[in-house]
Amino acid sequence: MTILNNMTFRIAGAAGQGVESSGTGFAKALAKGGLHVFGLQDYMSRIRGGLNFSQIRVHEQPLYTHQDAVHILLPLNEEALEAYQDEVVEGGGIIYDAGFKVDHSAVSSHGRKAMPVPLIEIAKENGDRVMANTAALGAAAGVSEYSYERVADIIRANFKRKGDDVVAANLRVARAAYLYAKDKYAPGFEWKLSQIAGAPQRMVMSGNQAFALGALAAGCRFISAYPMTPATSIIEWMARHEQPFGVVAKHAEDEIAAVCMAIGANFAGARAMVATSGGGFSLMVEALGLAGMCEVPLVVVEAQRGGPSTGLPTRTEQSDLLFVLNASQGEFPRLVLTPGTIEEYFVCGWRAFNLAEKYQTPVIVMADELLAASMRTVDVSAIDLSAVVIDRGKLLSKKELDALTEPYKRHLFTEDGISPRAVPGHPKAVYATASDEHDEFGHITEEMINRRKMMQKRMTKLEVARQEIRPPTCYGPAEAAIVLVGWGSTYGVLREVVDRLDGEARLVHFCDLWPFPAEAAARALRGGKLVIVENNYTGQFKRLLQGETCIGVDHSIRRYDGRPFSPEEILAGLKEVR
Amino acid sequence: MEVTVKDYANAVKPTWCPGCGDYGILSAVKQALVQAGLAPHEVLIVSGIGCGSKLPDYARVNGFMTLHGRPLPVATGARLANHSLKVITVHGDGDSMGLGMGHFIHTTRRNMEIVDLIQNNQIYGLTKGQYSPTSDPGFVTSTSPEGALETAVTPTALALAAGGTFIARGFAGDAKGLADLIAAAIRHKGYALVEILQPCVTFNRKNTYDWYRERVYNLAETGHDTSDRVAAFQKALEWGDRIPLGVIYQTRLPTYEEQEVGLKQGPIAARKLDRLSPAEVKSLRAEFM
Repeated sequence: MTILNNMTFRIAGAAGQGVESSGTGFAKALAKGGLHVFGLQDYMSRIRGGLNFSQIRVHEQPLYTHQDAVHILLPLNEEALEAYQDEVVEGGGIIYDAGFKVDHSAVSSHGRKAMPVPLIEIAKENGDRVMANTAALGAAAGVSEYSYERVADIIRANFKRKGDDVVAANLRVARAAYLYAKDKYAPGFEWKLSQIAGAPQRMVMSGNQAFALGALAAGCRFISAYPMTPATSIIEWMARHEQPFGVVAKHAEDEIAAVCMAIGANFAGARAMVATSGGGFSLMVEALGLAGMCEVPLVVVEAQRGGPSTGLPTRTEQSDLLFVLNASQGEFPRLVLTPGTIEEYFVCGWRAFNLAEKYQTPVIVMADELLAASMRTVDVSAIDLSAVVIDRGKLLSKKELDALTEPYKRHLFTEDGISPRAVPGHPKAVYATASDEHDEFGHITEEMINRRKMMQKRMTKLEVARQEIRPPTCYGPAEAAIVLVGWGSTYGVLREVVDRLDGEARLVHFCDLWPFPAEAAARALRGGKLVIVENNYTGQFKRLLQGETCIGVDHSIRRYDGRPFSPEEILAGLKEVR
Repeated sequence: MEVTVKDYANAVKPTWCPGCGDYGILSAVKQALVQAGLAPHEVLIVSGIGCGSKLPDYARVNGFMTLHGRPLPVATGARLANHSLKVITVHGDGDSMGLGMGHFIHTTRRNMEIVDLIQNNQIYGLTKGQYSPTSDPGFVTSTSPEGALETAVTPTALALAAGGTFIARGFAGDAKGLADLIAAAIRHKGYALVEILQPCVTFNRKNTYDWYRERVYNLAETGHDTSDRVAAFQKALEWGDRIPLGVIYQTRLPTYEEQEVGLKQGPIAARKLDRLSPAEVKSLRAEFM
C-alpha cells in the first residue's frame, strides 16, 4: 500500500553537523513542489556535539503541528541513530551512512527498514566529503520518490553564493545518492511524495521571521537586544536588514540597557522594540514601568523558554504568563498578545506597534520556543504585507505642532486618557517628562488630586484599549462535547486534535490576553467540558481565566518538560474526559 | 533669533537645598547651551534619579527624567532615533558609578555624541546621606558608621581606560569655568564626559566648597597636553592635596553614528514612515521561497 504525501522526516545529529540547515533546505524543496510542511527544531544548549534534530512533517493539506510518528530517520551520526531509531514507525526507514559502526540487523528490528547508503563515499566521489548532508537529502528524496528537480532547485539557490563549481558538485552528489537510494530502497517503502501540479508558490518561514517581517513592514527601524534563545533570531534578522531599510539593530550590553535604549528611541520618535526571553525580560521589568509612567510606546517580544532561572535554554514552555501580566511595581496599562500561529505572529509584528503608539504604553507579544523556531509553509496571501496598516495614534504631525497656540501639555487630561504626543524637536512642544508622578506638563509633583487624575488617565487607556482586543478564535463544531482551551503556540496542536476527533471537540484559542476579553471568553466557552491545555506546571492560564470570569474548568492537560505537545499526547490525555 | 539664557528659563522652583552645587550646574548648562547657539527644542537632556537629576524639570528644555542608573542607555536610544538632537545626560555619582557603571563604560567605548555630565558629590543626598562609590575610604555616613571600606571610583580614569575621547572635570563652585567645559563638550564629536565636583551642603561635611577651593587648579595653566593619554591618566588619578580641573584628554575618533549603516539615510525619527514599496515586498518574499 502506498501512502502519498503524508509523512515525517527527522534529520538528527550533533550540533555543528548542519541539522537545521539541512532541515530548512529539505522543507523548502518540499514547499517548491506545492506540499505543506511543518518543521520542528529540537536542539541543545551547546555549540558542538550533543543531539539535535530537525523534524519535517509533510502533507497535501496545511499543517499546524508536528506528530510523534517518524517515517524516515536521517541520523548524521551513530549516536543519533541509536537515540531515535525507536521513534520510527513500523515499515519506516532509517537512511544512514553505510560506514556507520552499527549492527545493521538491529537497525532493521521492529519492522523498520535499515537503509544504509554510502553517503560519504558518494560525497567524496562526486564532490567533497562535506557534502554528505546533501547526499542524505538526495537519498531521502530518492526513497520517497520525490522530484529530484525540486531538490536541485534548492541546492542551486542555497549554494549560489559559493559559485558554480560548488553548485555542480552538490548536484552530482545529490543525484548519485538519489538514484542509489531510489534504486535500492524505494520499491519496498510505502511512503511516497509527489509534487502537486499547479500548486501556488508558498513561503517557508519561522515564527520569529514572520514577526520581524511584520515589524519591518510596520516601520520598526530600531531594535535593541541582548542575545537570548529563542528570541535571538529576531535581532539577527533585523540586523541582516539594516541595509537597505535603514534599520538600527543595537546589540546592547545587557537587557536593561536594551529596553532603556528602545524606550529612548521610541521617546525620540522611532518605532522601536526589544526581543528577549523570560530571563532577559526579568531584567527589563524595571524599565517597563518607566514606559508605562511616561507614556512612551514600547514593543517587547517575550519568547518563552523553560524556566525558572536558566532552566531549559533551548526548549519550550508557557510559564511566564502571570509574570508578564504582573511584572513591575505599581499599576499602569499594558497590552499582552499571545499569537498561536505564524500568521498571527506576523500580524502581531505590525499590530503591536500600532497599539503601542495609540495607547502610548508597553505592548508585550508573548511567543515561545515552539512558535519562535518552528517553521511552516504559509500562503503568500496569509503573510499579507500589503494589508499592513500604520496607525501612529495621536502623534502630532509637524503641521499640527506648528498650529499649537497653547503651551504644550504632554500628559494632557483627555476623555480617553490618551494625550496628543509630540516627539522632541519642535519649538512649540518643548517638554520634559519624568518617571516620578508628574502633572500635565510633565513636571514632577506629589499633589494628591493630580495623582488621582493621572492614575485614572493612564488606566482609562486600558479600558479604551479593550475594544482592540480580539475575542478568542473558535475552531470546530459549536455543539462539540469537549472544549479545548489554549493560548499562544498550542493553537496548532489543538487544531489538529479537533480535526482528528471529528466533531467531538472544538477549540477556543486566546490570541489577545490583556486586557482580558472576559465577556467574549464567557460566550466562547459556554457549553461543553472545558479542557485547558498549557505548557506549564501550575496552570497559569486556568488561574487567569478563573480569576477574570469565575468559569469552572473541568480538566487540564499540562506539560512542563520543555517539549511541545503532540496531537497524540493530547488525545491520550483526553481519554479520561471522553 | 539669537538664543539667550532666558529662553531656557521656566517657572518651576527647584527643590534643591540653599547653597546646593546643583544651582551652579544648572546655570552652567544653560550658559553652555547658549554659547553653543542651541535652542531648547534642539536639545534633549536625559537624567537619572537623584537631586541633580531633577535638573530637566527646572529648565525649559526637552527632558526625560528616567530611572536611577539608566539615563545613558535611554539617551543612546534617543540619539540613535534622532541624531539631529543634541543629547545631554545628567546624573549623579550613585546613578552613574553605582547602578549605572556598566552603562557608563559601554557608553564611553561606544563613542556616541552624548555630553555626559556626572554630578559627583561623593554622597547620596536624596536618600539622606549614605556613602557613594566615589566617597573617599574612611568616609563616615549612616551606612558606613565605621568609615567606607572600598576604594573610591575615579570616573575620569575609568573613562580613559574605556577609550573615552573627551574627558574633563569641572567644579560646581566655578560656574563660568564649568560652562566653558560643557560648551567644549558640546562641540566635541563623540562621547564627552564632564565630571562635576559638587559639594552637598547638607550631607557631605567633608568635601565642602572651601575644601575644594583649597585644592583645585586649572590644568590649562600647567601646559598639560590633552592629547597625551599617559599624562592624562596621571592627571585623572591626581586626588588629595591637589585636584586638577579642565580638559584631561581629548582625541577624535569615528563616532558610533558616523559608522552605523542604519543611519546612512538620516535620523530615523525624521524619515517618513511609509509602508513597504512593492519592490521591497517582492524582495522580502523571495527570501522565503
